[in-house]
Amino acid sequence: MAREKPDLVYGTLDMLILKALQHDPRHGLGIADRIHQMSKDILHVEQGSLYPALYRLEAHGWIKAKWGVSDTNRKARYYELTAAGRKQLTAEKEHWLRITKGINRVLAGT
Amino acid sequence: MKTIRAACWRLLGVFRKKRCDAELAAEIQHHLDSLTERKIAAGMSASEARNTTLREFGGVEQCKELAREERVWMWPDQLRQDLRFGLRMLRRSRAFSALAILCLTLGIGTTAAVFSWIEGILFHPYPAVAHEERMFVLAGTTRGASGFNQLSYPDCIDFQKNSTLIESFIVDQLIATTLSIGDRAERAIGGLVTPNYFEALGVRPSLGRGFTPEEGVGRNAHPVAVISYETWKNRYQSDPEIIGKTQYLNGVRHTIIGVTPENFHGTFVGVSFQFWVPISTQETFDPTGYKLEDRNARAFESFVFLKPGVTPRQAQEELSSLARRLENDYPETNRGHGVELLPLWRSPFNVAAEMLPTLEIAFAVVLFVLLIACANVSTLLLVRSLIRQPEMTARLALGAGRGRLFQQLLTEGLILSACATAGGILVAHWCRNALVLAFPAQAPGIIVNLPGQIDWRVLAVSAGVCVLATLLFALAPAIQASKIDLAGAINSGSSGVLGGRGRSRLRSAFVLIQMSLSFVLIVGAGLLMQSLQRIEGVSPGFSTEGVLLSGVDLLSAGYNAERAKAFQDQLLERVRALPGVEAATLARVIPFGLRDFSSSPITVEGYQAGADEHPTGDYNQVGPDYFSVMGIPIVAGREFARTDDENRPLVAVVDETMVAKYWPGKHPIGRRFQMKDNWLEVVGVAKASHYRTKLETPKPFFYVPLRQNFTVQGGVLIRTRQGTASMTSALAREVHALDPNLAPVAAITMHEHVDRGTYTQRLAVTLLGIFGGLALLLAAIGLYAVMSYAVSQSTRELALRMALGARVSDLLGLVLARGLLLIAGGLILGAAAAFALTRLLANQLYQVSSHDPVAFGSAFIVMVIVALFACLLPARRATRIDPAGALRA
Repeated sequence: MAREKPDLVYGTLDMLILKALQHDPRHGLGIADRIHQMSKDILHVEQGSLYPALYRLEAHGWIKAKWGVSDTNRKARYYELTAAGRKQLTAEKEHWLRITKGINRVLAGT
Repeated sequence: MKTIRAACWRLLGVFRKKRCDAELAAEIQHHLDSLTERKIAAGMSASEARNTTLREFGGVEQCKELAREERVWMWPDQLRQDLRFGLRMLRRSRAFSALAILCLTLGIGTTAAVFSWIEGILFHPYPAVAHEERMFVLAGTTRGASGFNQLSYPDCIDFQKNSTLIESFIVDQLIATTLSIGDRAERAIGGLVTPNYFEALGVRPSLGRGFTPEEGVGRNAHPVAVISYETWKNRYQSDPEIIGKTQYLNGVRHTIIGVTPENFHGTFVGVSFQFWVPISTQETFDPTGYKLEDRNARAFESFVFLKPGVTPRQAQEELSSLARRLENDYPETNRGHGVELLPLWRSPFNVAAEMLPTLEIAFAVVLFVLLIACANVSTLLLVRSLIRQPEMTARLALGAGRGRLFQQLLTEGLILSACATAGGILVAHWCRNALVLAFPAQAPGIIVNLPGQIDWRVLAVSAGVCVLATLLFALAPAIQASKIDLAGAINSGSSGVLGGRGRSRLRSAFVLIQMSLSFVLIVGAGLLMQSLQRIEGVSPGFSTEGVLLSGVDLLSAGYNAERAKAFQDQLLERVRALPGVEAATLARVIPFGLRDFSSSPITVEGYQAGADEHPTGDYNQVGPDYFSVMGIPIVAGREFARTDDENRPLVAVVDETMVAKYWPGKHPIGRRFQMKDNWLEVVGVAKASHYRTKLETPKPFFYVPLRQNFTVQGGVLIRTRQGTASMTSALAREVHALDPNLAPVAAITMHEHVDRGTYTQRLAVTLLGIFGGLALLLAAIGLYAVMSYAVSQSTRELALRMALGARVSDLLGLVLARGLLLIAGGLILGAAAAFALTRLLANQLYQVSSHDPVAFGSAFIVMVIVALFACLLPARRATRIDPAGALRA
């Protein structure tokens, strides 16, 4: 159901969200900003698909949410990585690296 | 694990829905506000910033919906929504809903009803029995002969003694006798059973006890009886002190020792037992003699209960080897005889066997009706989905997913079929005893019991049919509806593009299905009808016109042979003297009746029997003038005279089949054969006739004078031009004059009597006729719906043509052309399907080809006429369009 922009490879949003939360808890906008910033302005998360993805991850128990106050002094929902989430991130990262290595090899071949 | 966790989380979400929704809204609001602020800080105006943010974010509500789906387990919630909405929609278009539910009820109800009959008669005939799943019929087989026979009692005992895989073994024989309570005597049907009968079946008498092992032995030593709940209730007014009272069965005093529970009707599908007596009393009830020690007397039905875990195959192997041992030990009687273990529904000895083909046909037919009903409702839904298109378009435009739309439409379908299934089970409940109505009126005293059984299996099948039907009829329309081209639909306004091409093809396809399926049913009905006519056209070999039959139950009145002879002589004298009576006679068995003929081994003088051959003959004990009353020609010799009595040499009249078998090419008159230690001289040859059914294969048959083989039981045959009513009252007068305590059985014509034999065929024709008619009606409704929709959709086009000068006949032709195309297609498909399918009916058809041109032709004509009507009505409406009004609209 998640609709992602073509500049985001299908199925990678979950992994990127987990990565963005690796060190600090963040709220939704913060996660989008973080991905944008980490990719050096290449990746744009379509904001409409961000929240469904967050809830999906929460349902899986990879992240958990709690209410906090944002830097602009607003009540915001902060997400942080759980232990299971950390494991999932490692797994997804490995998987991704393996796949891209393969794809790169294919593309590099003549 | 992961999925379980996620599912639990979502399930939790269902209960926290309100809070979750609020949190989600707050969270997204925060996101939007922060973005907007950021843009204002970057120099945008407030409103510009808000608009840009919203644009960037995409559909807020859609996002929320998607997030909700991730978070909450949606379907219980959605299902509730869909159900509520669906019910509202169905309430709004009541006519549509009623029609759809009616069609489906017809389809599902008939399926449930027929399945409940199959359940009650074939698969689950003895609901009161404890381990029905381990209960099997043990039938005898004869090498080189097809079909099954019953078993002899000594063989049964040997099987029981020597088998290791069988838990219990019961023997039972259906007996018809006279039950006298006080001064009231009635015929009654009961079971002659082994003493372990109730115990093995797991049926505990609700009062008193069952039989003890001692009661099964000792010739006639234990005149005890267990009575049925109905007998107890109706004949004894539920007397709580019944145990120990006595009643007369066949003139012998029996002590009542038990009453069975209400739901137990015995072990003969089709007939309710009224009493049970131990097997040791066999002689009391059988005029043909003591049979418990005779291995040739194969007259007992047996059931076995396998031990838990034993497969029928293992048991069969053991029983076969036991049967082989019996062949060795008793070659005289047992050579060539085996046994076969049969599931209950294949029992060859009761009504189930007769009903099986009819039930098979009925089941196939109701599946057809179900399919037709589904196709019909599909057509209705398709037409309606066009009317609902604006609604669907609006919902899609407002952000409903296509999946949700699809789900909604399927839910609506489910509501329809759930209502129909509830109605259908009600229909099945009402029809559970319908088969009894089709059963021919039987001799008095027989309680016909052919119950449909509505148990969990029937309910499960109905639920399955409900879901299946929903998928069948709602799937295609739902897929179609969820495929709406949004942009096209909105742009073209409310009255265009409604009948897309694909959709109209789908509608036509459904109409074609209905037409062709109903064609098959009508052809089938036609074939069976012709077959029935052929069977009824077959002469039974005796006259059915001008012969009445009746009888007086002398046995229950306590007549012994001497009194009975005197009574019968006087009665015949009096009857012969009645005005309009040409002749009258007696017979122990009336052909085509329920009571069977006597059968006996015979030894024919001068005939060398083969090694494995045991010549037997069926015979009937008849009075003088029997052949002239029955209209059976005597082809050689003479018929019985009044002088053929106890004091004269024993004689017999044989039929042509017997002559052909034992004296081929010879003159049989004066030859002799032996039956039960007596030598009989052949004095006449009767033309072969049918004895039990019209479809039987000819077997040797002979007649002996009643006086020389007397039994008290018997029927009266009268050749007369009088009607049954006047003859019944005249008979009653004469009987009353002879013995005021007696009354004759109401007279019926021989024609009526013989027709009872074809009731299964008639039942099949009736069912197929009714269902074929219903199917045709449904198909006509479908065709009508499609045609009138087509007309209402092309109002503008038709109006335009009219305005441009088309004549009424042109328009009529235009509309009819489409209808005719559908009709032609349906008929071609139907004819092809019928051609392939009617072959399955072939073994039910008597002297009718399964491709009989008359049946096909008449089905063709019926279909064309009905279909033309269904098209003509909408076509006529097309010609009444007001062009000016329609074009301006």
